[in-house]
Amino acid sequence: MASLVGSRVERKEDTRFLQGKGRYTADINIANQTYAVFVRSPHARAKIKSVDTSKALKSSGVVGVLTGKEIAEDKIGGLIAGWAIRSEDGSEMKVPANPPLAKDIANFVGEPIAVVFAETLDEAKEGAEKVKVDYKVLKAVVDPAEAMKSDAIHDGVEKNLCYDWLLGDRKAVDEAFAKADKIIKVDLINNRLVPNAMEPRACVVDYNIASEEITLYTTSQNPHLSRLVMSAFGGVAPENKLRVVAPDVGGGFGSKINVYNEEIVCSWASKKIERPIKWVAERTESFLTDTHGRDHVTHAELAVTNDGKFLGFKNETIANLGAYARVFGTVTPTYLFGPCATGVYVIPAAYSNVKAVYTNTAPVDAYRGAGRPEATYTIERLVEKAAMELGMDKTEIRMKNFPTQFPFKQTLVHTVDSGDYVAGLEKAKQMADYAGFESRRKQSEANGKLRGIGVSSYFEACGIAPSAAVMSLGCGVGLWESAEVRFNPTGQISVFTGAHSHGQSHDTTFAQIAADELGVPMENIDVVHGDTDKGTFGMGTYGSRSLTVGGIAIVNACKKIVAKGKRVAAKMLEVNEDEIEFKDGEFVALKSNKKKTIGEVAFACYLPGQRDEMKSPIPEGDEPGLIESSFFDPANFSFPAGSHICEVEIDPDTGNVKVEKYTAVDDFGRIVNPMIVEGQVHGGIAQGIGQALHENTQYDETGQLMTASYMDYTMPRADNFPEFNLGFTCTHATSNPLGVKGCGEAGAIASPPTVMNAVIDALGGQEISMPATAEKVWKACKSMKKSNAKAA
Amino acid sequence: MKSFNYHAPKDVKDASKLASSSSAFLAGGMTTIPSMKLGLANYKDIIDIKKIKKLSGIKVSGKSVTIGATTKHVEVATSKDVKKAIPALAKLAGNIGDAQVRNRGTIGGSISNNDPSACYPSACMALNAVIHTNKRKIDAEKFFTGMFETALKSGELVEAVEFQIPEKADYQKHPNPASRYAIIGVFVAKHKKDVNVAVTGAKSCVYIDKDLSKKLSSSFSASALEGMDVKSSGMNSDMHASAEYRANLVSLYAKKAVEAC
Ligand SMILES: Cc1cc2nc3c(=O)[nH]c(=O)nc-3n(C[C@H](O)[C@H](O)[C@H](O)COP(=O)(O)OP(=O)(O)OC[C@H]3O[C@@H](n4cnc5c(N)ncnc54)[C@H](O)[C@@H]3O)c2cc1C
Repeated sequence: MASLVGSRVERKEDTRFLQGKGRYTADINIANQTYAVFVRSPHARAKIKSVDTSKALKSSGVVGVLTGKEIAEDKIGGLIAGWAIRSEDGSEMKVPANPPLAKDIANFVGEPIAVVFAETLDEAKEGAEKVKVDYKVLKAVVDPAEAMKSDAIHDGVEKNLCYDWLLGDRKAVDEAFAKADKIIKVDLINNRLVPNAMEPRACVVDYNIASEEITLYTTSQNPHLSRLVMSAFGGVAPENKLRVVAPDVGGGFGSKINVYNEEIVCSWASKKIERPIKWVAERTESFLTDTHGRDHVTHAELAVTNDGKFLGFKNETIANLGAYARVFGTVTPTYLFGPCATGVYVIPAAYSNVKAVYTNTAPVDAYRGAGRPEATYTIERLVEKAAMELGMDKTEIRMKNFPTQFPFKQTLVHTVDSGDYVAGLEKAKQMADYAGFESRRKQSEANGKLRGIGVSSYFEACGIAPSAAVMSLGCGVGLWESAEVRFNPTGQISVFTGAHSHGQSHDTTFAQIAADELGVPMENIDVVHGDTDKGTFGMGTYGSRSLTVGGIAIVNACKKIVAKGKRVAAKMLEVNEDEIEFKDGEFVALKSNKKKTIGEVAFACYLPGQRDEMKSPIPEGDEPGLIESSFFDPANFSFPAGSHICEVEIDPDTGNVKVEKYTAVDDFGRIVNPMIVEGQVHGGIAQGIGQALHENTQYDETGQLMTASYMDYTMPRADNFPEFNLGFTCTHATSNPLGVKGCGEAGAIASPPTVMNAVIDALGGQEISMPATAEKVWKACKSMKKSNAKAA
Repeated sequence: MKSFNYHAPKDVKDASKLASSSSAFLAGGMTTIPSMKLGLANYKDIIDIKKIKKLSGIKVSGKSVTIGATTKHVEVATSKDVKKAIPALAKLAGNIGDAQVRNRGTIGGSISNNDPSACYPSACMALNAVIHTNKRKIDAEKFFTGMFETALKSGELVEAVEFQIPEKADYQKHPNPASRYAIIGVFVAKHKKDVNVAVTGAKSCVYIDKDLSKKLSSSFSASALEGMDVKSSGMNSDMHASAEYRANLVSLYAKKAVEAC
């Protein structure tokens, strides 16, 4: 039987998605449901003096109005920060309470204050308009550097500082810098991004008065984790009385990791008003209240020798957390960032210092890549600038500092198990026709255009994560994953996974690996996820972990099925277990060549009754049934790596930047489905180009989000991209039996610096910040013309 | 969205009768519906004018192209007659917003709304258009009176827009990368006697750049515009573009338009 792993199997889920048959949270309706509309703060910072709900309660169709007062009285807990980060001085991070409905103070525009339930959505909106909140508007702080000099937003959080974190050795870095021939410096802004999942957040809650069970349908990347948080920290209901279902979810990118205010409030309220509740975010609510991504201000330095050897690295970063610290909010700018900030290079000394700061803006959390795009942007801008200042070729300086021995003990945290960075960059150069660039540049010049080429080489730590490692770094929970493989008596197989697909194609990829393990057709396998009532438990999907952690749990559970199958087959075929070989879905008795298919064995495991047949096929010590589960805790992170090369052409008259060529060569270890992986890379690069050239989240100084709709926030579109030129190299991961590495975030990690390096190359080295919008580039072109004129 | 009364009159007279200070005509709905959904506008009566047959369609005579008010952008963009008579107008319509907007938005809605960054108003100005309403005929110059303001009186309905066929014309636009409205749009039309350079997106309302028009009237070539400085004073400055950048684009796109004529 040909192996399915490695082949371009078409996506099982496309049938329903392309025919509009997906079943999303907003598609779910429950008889007698009410509609929720939230009253949100129009101010970035304001004391809530009073909330008057009397008029709203009298409004037509309104069933109930609840505020921060009631939720506090019911002792419902708030939103949480999932990682405890310690400051350099040893003190614990400072995390303010984040109640689901603000009671005394609102800290960002869009923060929910009250909620109205009504018979229809229009009536709920009408009612919400009648809730009168008396605010005392306070001065907001939006800029994180400013925040460190401003009044505390949260009581007891001095300088608005959550932590001042250090990773690495300052003394060793100072010594390395003292020996350097040259110090390369950059000042960077990693622009804030709004995730913009196609499907806005939503929830539908159904409280069963008889069983006292709450069912929450929600747009979550991790339903089990949501249940755990809502139960353990929210106190909404015990876990056994709370069922969380995340059906089809239309994209998350990290923004659907958190349990949000609305889910907690609606779950609590459904019990209170004894009615089902439906809430669906409008697009502007998504802009205002989905967790945002990135938002770093970084100064970084690289110490180099004249011949281009790297001696030391350091960065000082201010990370904007927004108004509150959320699940991955505190770890994204620290352990997901710092360790990767030294990039794919041997750098003997390094440190990463990050100050995380609260401001009156939407909370910032993980967003595709989470920390690693910020890290890669930092080091790859430095490396490119070093090449420029030293007059070296951009690829040569990289090659010179790549590790060539694996496992590679990276400077700050990780031991990278496998990789071949030289091969990746060589292949990218060849595919991008790097050597031919100069003639293309001249051609552009002849047409009055500026052409630039940019390179970036990256590695990243994903597949999160080994529980012992993350727990020692402050994670509140181990990050293993579970699977259960259920062989039904009649031969179909349900594979339950704790991972969750919201665009990652688990239905297909997981079926491919299970089919290979069990030797059955893929069509017989259903992948089941997204329901805490189905399957054991799970940590969900983020950090490119589904395959490298969740997929391996599936493999291990399948292996247990085969092991038991062997014992049963041996008894059925009346031979010893060690005389049985399992191949292509058949248990074969080697000597006699008698066989039982895995389907026959599964059927036998369920003890089909046969008149007068008294003999059980179940060996002594085994139990009937054929269901196995596994919890997989990886031994290490997974370390995809690669090199990307981009060419841009700039029209100096308008400042328009056109991405002319984009080449990506990635090493994701063994690839299960190349088509799906290419899709992941395409999406990631598109998001990265969006960050580099288009997406520009802007708050004004009072904390109003100026870019709160698609009329003002530029999402990249198909006509912003060239055909992507993708290639792969392969070194197998040694930390899992499939040899796979994560691929979901790499595109978004590698592409922003690649594009920006190309833009800055075209601008003759002039620094420019992301997004490189037409006007910014036009201004840079103008000053370039001026300085060229001066030089001439 | 607040509830409202929906009317779909069959003729202009009925439509006009239904109009009041708390009503709105509904054409493509591309502006009206979002503003109602966002609570920026509330109407008691919505008067859908798309069922009025005579408001839709394209007529070409020797001297002019007349486009009915409810004619959609896609119809103008793909009309063989328009492409032949005033290709620049078809090009303009074909680059409005995105496919969804072009499949619904109408010329009447566009000019009645008079968004400062809409495209059609510049064509009206440069092509000496006459706006036919149910009450009178208004010259484009007098029709666009300010930001989102027109000469239309309450209950007055645009029936058609009559464009003068020029000798040559072109429209050049620098789209807002998010909405794809015009950050700057420049419509250059060369008529028998003179040249009009109409600019949209730059200021609170569409206008004719007199200096550029005059220069091109005396010499219709891109090189004639060389060295002509478009002043940024009075131009819009917002998060999408500064006044200085807009001024640069106006002179640049005027040149491009002349070159493309
Ligand atoms: C995403 C997006 C991008 C866009 N991009 C562009 C662009 O690039 N260039 C551009 O020019 N435009 C653009 N538009 C505007 C669009 O093309 C429409 O022309 C505009 O939204 C209004 O036209 P409508 O037919 O939808 O009018 P409606 O929304 O139905 O009406 C708009 C206003 O005009 C009034 N009205 C409508 N018809 C008449 C009439 N016959 N007489 C009197 N009053 C009337 C209505 O009462 C209402 O007040 C864009 C719109 C969107 C949503």
